[in-house]
Amino acid sequence: MTIRTTDTQSPDIPGAPDAAAGSQPALKVEGLWKIFGAKADKIIGSGDAELSRTDLQAKTGCVAAVKDISFEVQPGEVFVIMGLSGSGKSTLVRLLNRLIEPTDGSVVINGEEITSVSSGKLRDMRRRHMAMVFQHFGLLPHRKVIDNVAYGLEVRGESKAERRRRAQEMVDLVGLSGYENSFPDQLSGGMQQRVGLARALAVDPQVLFFDEPFSALDPLIRRDMQDEIVRLHHEVGKTMVFITHDLQEAIKLGDRILIMRDGEMVQCGTAAEIVAHPADDYVRDFVSEVPKGHVLTLRYVMQPVRPSDSLEGPAMDPDTVVWKAARAALASAHPVRVVENGELIGIVDDEAILRVVVAEEEPGTETGE
Amino acid sequence: MSTSTLERPAAGGGTHRDPELSGSPALATLRRHWRAASLLGVLVVWVVAWAIFKDQYTLVIGGSARTPVFDWLGDRSAWVEQAASNGSNPFINLAGAIADLVDSVFGWLQSLFTVAHFPRPLPQIGWLGTIAVAALVAYAAAGWRTLALVVPCFLAFGVLGYWNDAVDLLIVTFFAVVVSCLVGIAIGVLMAHSRRVSAFVTPILDVMQTMPPFVYLLPMSILFGIGPAAAVMMTLIYAAPPVIRITAHGIRSVSGPVIEATDSLGQTGLQRLWNVELPMAKRTIIAGINQTMMAALSMATIAAYIDSPGLGQPVLDGLKRGQLGTSFVAGIAIVIMAVMLDRSMTAAGFRAELAARAGERGGPFRRVGLAVATVGTLVALYLSHNYIWANEFPAQPDLGTPLRNAVDRFGEWLRTDLSHLTDGIQRGFTDYGLNPIQSLFADSPWFVTAAAILAIAAVVGGRRAAVATVLCLGMILGLGLWNHAMETLTACIVATVAVVVLAVVLGVLMGRSNRVDVGLRPILDMGQTLPPFVYLVPILILFGPNRFTAMLAGVVYAAPVAIKLVADGIRAVSPNTIEAAEMAGSSTWQMITKVQLPMARSSVLLATNQGLLYVLSMVVIGGMAGAGALGFDVVTGFRQSSAVGRGLAAGITIVLIGIMLDRITTYGAQRASATSPDSRA
Repeated sequence: MTIRTTDTQSPDIPGAPDAAAGSQPALKVEGLWKIFGAKADKIIGSGDAELSRTDLQAKTGCVAAVKDISFEVQPGEVFVIMGLSGSGKSTLVRLLNRLIEPTDGSVVINGEEITSVSSGKLRDMRRRHMAMVFQHFGLLPHRKVIDNVAYGLEVRGESKAERRRRAQEMVDLVGLSGYENSFPDQLSGGMQQRVGLARALAVDPQVLFFDEPFSALDPLIRRDMQDEIVRLHHEVGKTMVFITHDLQEAIKLGDRILIMRDGEMVQCGTAAEIVAHPADDYVRDFVSEVPKGHVLTLRYVMQPVRPSDSLEGPAMDPDTVVWKAARAALASAHPVRVVENGELIGIVDDEAILRVVVAEEEPGTETGE
Repeated sequence: MSTSTLERPAAGGGTHRDPELSGSPALATLRRHWRAASLLGVLVVWVVAWAIFKDQYTLVIGGSARTPVFDWLGDRSAWVEQAASNGSNPFINLAGAIADLVDSVFGWLQSLFTVAHFPRPLPQIGWLGTIAVAALVAYAAAGWRTLALVVPCFLAFGVLGYWNDAVDLLIVTFFAVVVSCLVGIAIGVLMAHSRRVSAFVTPILDVMQTMPPFVYLLPMSILFGIGPAAAVMMTLIYAAPPVIRITAHGIRSVSGPVIEATDSLGQTGLQRLWNVELPMAKRTIIAGINQTMMAALSMATIAAYIDSPGLGQPVLDGLKRGQLGTSFVAGIAIVIMAVMLDRSMTAAGFRAELAARAGERGGPFRRVGLAVATVGTLVALYLSHNYIWANEFPAQPDLGTPLRNAVDRFGEWLRTDLSHLTDGIQRGFTDYGLNPIQSLFADSPWFVTAAAILAIAAVVGGRRAAVATVLCLGMILGLGLWNHAMETLTACIVATVAVVVLAVVLGVLMGRSNRVDVGLRPILDMGQTLPPFVYLVPILILFGPNRFTAMLAGVVYAAPVAIKLVADGIRAVSPNTIEAAEMAGSSTWQMITKVQLPMARSSVLLATNQGLLYVLSMVVIGGMAGAGALGFDVVTGFRQSSAVGRGLAAGITIVLIGIMLDRITTYGAQRASATSPDSRA
């Protein structure tokens, strides 16, 4: 196997970023805009840019799909972009690899400013440094699985023997051994998406984009595929930008999540941050059904240490997920001590644990379905 | 799934917030009624005006009358002929050069297959070799079954007594098809990729397809000279549009996600075309080639008018001399050829798909088969080249002569013993159906008819249709064949009404019943592939040369496409709607009239439009079956050099009628769908 593995072996949560302090981000986006319509570039910088999407459309006929988005993704991080349909998330991911031309802003991958490279250079970047997995797979129906997987290698001019070898590796990696010579329409949806995944991995990209890759699959297959992504991320450690409208999926896969609405960023942070401190009612509304015990870490439920608190309970890391801490915490008569770098930073009592695990909802945050 | 997907609130919030929607169907109904009322009003005024002013200002002109317009047109054609002979105009010289090139290639092909190759008294390859080559190609491209179809078909050409004519027709057809495909696929690819090219080419294709071939028969023969060159060029014009359009369509409809996904891997434009677009559009493109081939065949047949070799010759000879048996037998040979080409091409398309699936050239069995077939072909070629018996198709057995005689006798019997029946049908229809309407159009003063047509155009198609109508009517008037134009228009409208009635009845039947569809569709498919020429012969035998025969031929020619359009429209009605209507307790009749037909309205309108154009393109062919009017003028234009100007004027008039009717029905269809309740968003 020639696949690189991450040098930062991540703990239980997949690929948690060790924030690679000091190193260059794998992907850096600044002030990215996409406005569809005539004379779209004139709008940015004018007062019209401040208008809401509907007002802008009424006034100029243009639609602002992506408005002034900025973020950074660290190497090896899984970064999830989430939003309702129509929130501009699929457009956003296509701006990153310029399948759609951005109206304004900057996208830097691997030190290259994607938005301004020549079409030849862009093609070369696509052939070597980035790849994408699509919602509707986008497989070539007239080619066998193996040739679909090899397509990226073929267009960049690799020899037949080399691309066959590499493609076979990828087919094995995604668990499709034995199906090399099948045609896409002979495979189930989940298997087809595995082909899409293998095709993207085959070019050994630094950054992988996923555009709602599992939305077209049924729930059980979807869960399998999510597990597959977790596994692959452990094995190959690629930087991933993942688009989804499914919060569970976002939480399961994402080190950090960016929430979009009407083309704008609403909130960006770890799952626990978002669940603990929703930026507004919009975010609060859709995190309301998340089982908080599986998302929140002790950091978000601990209280400051008071002199009266017993300090004989078990010590735990602040990044421990609440439900994992629950049994030990409840078994002990004393509150859990939250210790970071040898320093006591807070305590978590049974009441706090139960509030998260059992009650789930704090009264008043329930906005109703 | 228990996950809280983000889609849910949006779905909840986005339903039903348009209260005024419920009012609009009633409004649309009112509007439609208003339209019907104004049409009725126009009709009443027209009939009254006709009754008062009948036979005045009808602009009738004599059969051999000459007008300045005719003379001017005649002079143009004379000028072209002169320029061609003295080589003074570069454009015409280019045409001449093309003609020479085509003629020489054609001559070479003929010497290969059908004409003595000097100093040999025989062609290079005779019947045995030709059949062997055809069989090999059929086997390689489409498999065993096609081979088993092709060989008997070729033998039939010979047995019917038209071996050389059939092979000549094939040569003209293939020549045109190969050039059409080379040029057409390239243009189609460009169209699919560039909106500008598409916007530029589409109207040209529209004109090429709507113009009845007879209209450019004359100019082409003037430009390229009488003979195979003009025939190939004409066939090219007529046959290229389908492959161009369908290629463009096929490439445009290659799935967006696949394009995007493969683009994301960094392919170049050429890689995309070659690896993604062409393979994925292959099946569609082959269907396009098939259509082009059928169009080429029918045009190559018609090209007999300008002395192109092929099966059209005996058909035309028979028509000219009144020997319908000859026409009939040659017509059968054409039908056989059409079926053979259509089936083989379809099988080849299917096989291409299979081969792509199998990934290789096929199993060992096939490889051995191909090797044997190749050796056999080489032997046959050798024999065919060296022995007379394998070169000249044997005179016996002869099926053509007895068949010819039988048909002639049958025709004789019809005309003598059954004439009261056929005459009765024909007279009844002409006297009570056609004549009154024709009188209304042609015997009203021209300005009354023009005003009435304009008013109808405005009511049906709105302002844009009215503008087009004014322009077309103005030019028709200027060309000086007003009266004939009105006669042709009448025949065209009456035939179209018949086509639409047929299309709705059979289309609904087909759309509602799978069994009817399965039974009828192959017949319609075949009907569409046959050259229009062929329809005329049996109808002529039955009813003799008159307006009724010509119209009937038009109806028969136009019906298949219209029926299929309606049937597909009915089929496309969403099963959910049908289910809901059924639950609401609709009877079958209610289902048809209240659900299926209204929802298939755009298909019915399209069928009307296509029906009109097909009927119109039969006009000239009808002209030689006694239809008179413009068709006759065009046909006469070929026969007499003094009538060339008039023939050209008649040809242009036909095109103008076509454009006018097309615009009225197209805009009418657009307005109808714009006011239908479901599209008022």
